[in-house]
Amino acid sequence: MGKVVLMQGNEACVEGALAAGMRLYAGYPITPSTEIAELSALRLPQVGGKFIQMEDEIASIACAIGASVAGVKSMTATSGPGFSLKQENLGYAVLAEIPLVVVDVQRMGPSTGMPTSPSQGDMMMARWGTHGDHPVIAICPSSVKEVYDLTVRAFNLSEKYRTPVLLMMDEIIGHLREGMELPEPGSLKIVDRPTVNHPDSKRLPYRMKPGQLVPAMAPFGKGQRYNITGLIHDESGFPTNSTDEAEAMMSRLMHKISDNYDDIKDVVTENLEDADIAIFCYGGTYRAAKTAMEVAREKGYKVGIFRPRTVWPFPEEELREASKKLKRIIVAEHNYGQMLLEVQRVAGRDCEIGFVGKWNGGVNKPIRILERIEEG
Amino acid sequence: MVNTADVRPKTKQMSNLVYKYMRPEHLPHIWCPGCGNGIIMRDVAQAIENLGLSRNNTIIVSGIGCSSRAAGYLDFNTIHTTHGRAIAFATGIKLANPTLEVIVIAGDGDISAIGGNHLIHAARRNIGITVVVMNNNIYGMTGGQYSPTTPKGAFGTTAPYGNIDRSFDIAGLAYGAGASFAARGSAYHVQQTINIIQEGIRHKGFSLIDVASVCPTYYGRKNKKGSAVDMLTWQKENMIPVEKAEKMTRQELKGKLVLGIINQTQYKEFTFAYEEMIRRLFEEREKDE
Repeated sequence: MGKVVLMQGNEACVEGALAAGMRLYAGYPITPSTEIAELSALRLPQVGGKFIQMEDEIASIACAIGASVAGVKSMTATSGPGFSLKQENLGYAVLAEIPLVVVDVQRMGPSTGMPTSPSQGDMMMARWGTHGDHPVIAICPSSVKEVYDLTVRAFNLSEKYRTPVLLMMDEIIGHLREGMELPEPGSLKIVDRPTVNHPDSKRLPYRMKPGQLVPAMAPFGKGQRYNITGLIHDESGFPTNSTDEAEAMMSRLMHKISDNYDDIKDVVTENLEDADIAIFCYGGTYRAAKTAMEVAREKGYKVGIFRPRTVWPFPEEELREASKKLKRIIVAEHNYGQMLLEVQRVAGRDCEIGFVGKWNGGVNKPIRILERIEEG
Repeated sequence: MVNTADVRPKTKQMSNLVYKYMRPEHLPHIWCPGCGNGIIMRDVAQAIENLGLSRNNTIIVSGIGCSSRAAGYLDFNTIHTTHGRAIAFATGIKLANPTLEVIVIAGDGDISAIGGNHLIHAARRNIGITVVVMNNNIYGMTGGQYSPTTPKGAFGTTAPYGNIDRSFDIAGLAYGAGASFAARGSAYHVQQTINIIQEGIRHKGFSLIDVASVCPTYYGRKNKKGSAVDMLTWQKENMIPVEKAEKMTRQELKGKLVLGIINQTQYKEFTFAYEEMIRRLFEEREKDE
């Protein structure tokens, strides 16, 4: 058994990142994610890694991308206003296929909003925040232990698919303290990007070999010389205005995520076997939903939980399958109804969709979810 | 893709730097006839040649705009980033691997408007990267809008009645922000500029070289500055070596540009200081154990 520790969600994010191999963190102070920067500043030099407090949020993600280009696993963390600022460079990392983990500890918005209040109001920004069509992987943990494990998974997915991965936390989980068991040293599965190390090779840097998920990536200074750009490029890494080449590139970007849906998806269900009502929830809201489910079960309602931990790509297949056996799905989230739109799209024809939202900075309490169950 | 052999020069006048440090298959460049950027790109390549830097260990980082295209033409590890952010990307590359020689090539709008915050903080931090600014006093790529270095009173497509803003002296701005190396070169003063870029790369710390370029297409035409030759002649006649400028009054220097190394000071480079801190932590831990 691993060591059991008392830890905060934001701290677990740093420890998970270190375990996954993060060796550079670039950030800017913002509530409620600041502890991630503080602990990174303390811990990284202890393992020979680097922390840098940049001049702003844009610089932070740019710096993290730069480090990744040089072959070092990197991360940046922020909260709503900072997540808005990072969007342009997030798109850069998607297009140029740079592995990176971006954490958003969500707080209530819009604008400066309520900086220390819980929210899940950035879920659609995670999906569509940067301009242009693009694939996204976004992950939502619901406990301190899950923050640790899913941060490791976020790094692994970003390395495997050469794409930024969004860890969409919320203030509830970021500031939550609870006991968790650390994994046994050496028990974690760590994925590293495929690399090439032949400086003078004439290989096309964005051409894949058969069977590869992504083209191997040469770390700057240690591998092949090549060009990286945020312009649409061909396999040589240089800009192209050809619509055929643009289409080939875009569809490869889209397909590397959609074709590997089964590997990326992550849904946890509870008590769905006999359920006619499911609570759809994710992140911090799960904790209220779980209590509501338990109380409702005691009262004789057949309630289960459908909880995606990978929220983007949206778990369409699993939700569609589950919805066939359900009468009602109650979406509980800390916003005005964001993932609700996806649930309506996927399951709206098979069952009735209810909603328990919270957008005033308060906490979505179990009693409100229970009331919605009892309303019938 | 064009075969390299097809673009080999018929005469010996074309610099052999093209074959050694550029990507001939991506030439000719997109810069307009008479643009100063090609001269400045060559200056950078010549400085690299003179210093004997390794192509595999040298990184060229650019932002967005006319200047940013240089990254695509130079045969190193090159990264064409987002508008204004080249220095921030370069900071990550240098911090991740301080053994790399990181050179940023940027434009005046790129580095001092949208990227101004990164410029002053990299200067303050004294991170060991070299920034070469292709300063043409205008936004060229988008068709001639006024930039932070467009002189007061000059015209641009967004300053149809004359620019009422005051302009930045980018070398002075970097110096004021704490750059340990701040200098100015020009498209006309090739040999001096090569030497200055060389010194900038050799300098252990943040270095900025503000190189006066010429944009006959937009800045020149909008402001009746004549041909590219006329604009380069202006540089020849109006740039004052720093040693001479020191003896001149502010009034005498009005309308002139100072050429040379404006400031060079040695203090601890950022990534060196960080690695020193890591070493200290490891030593303390060993002692405790």
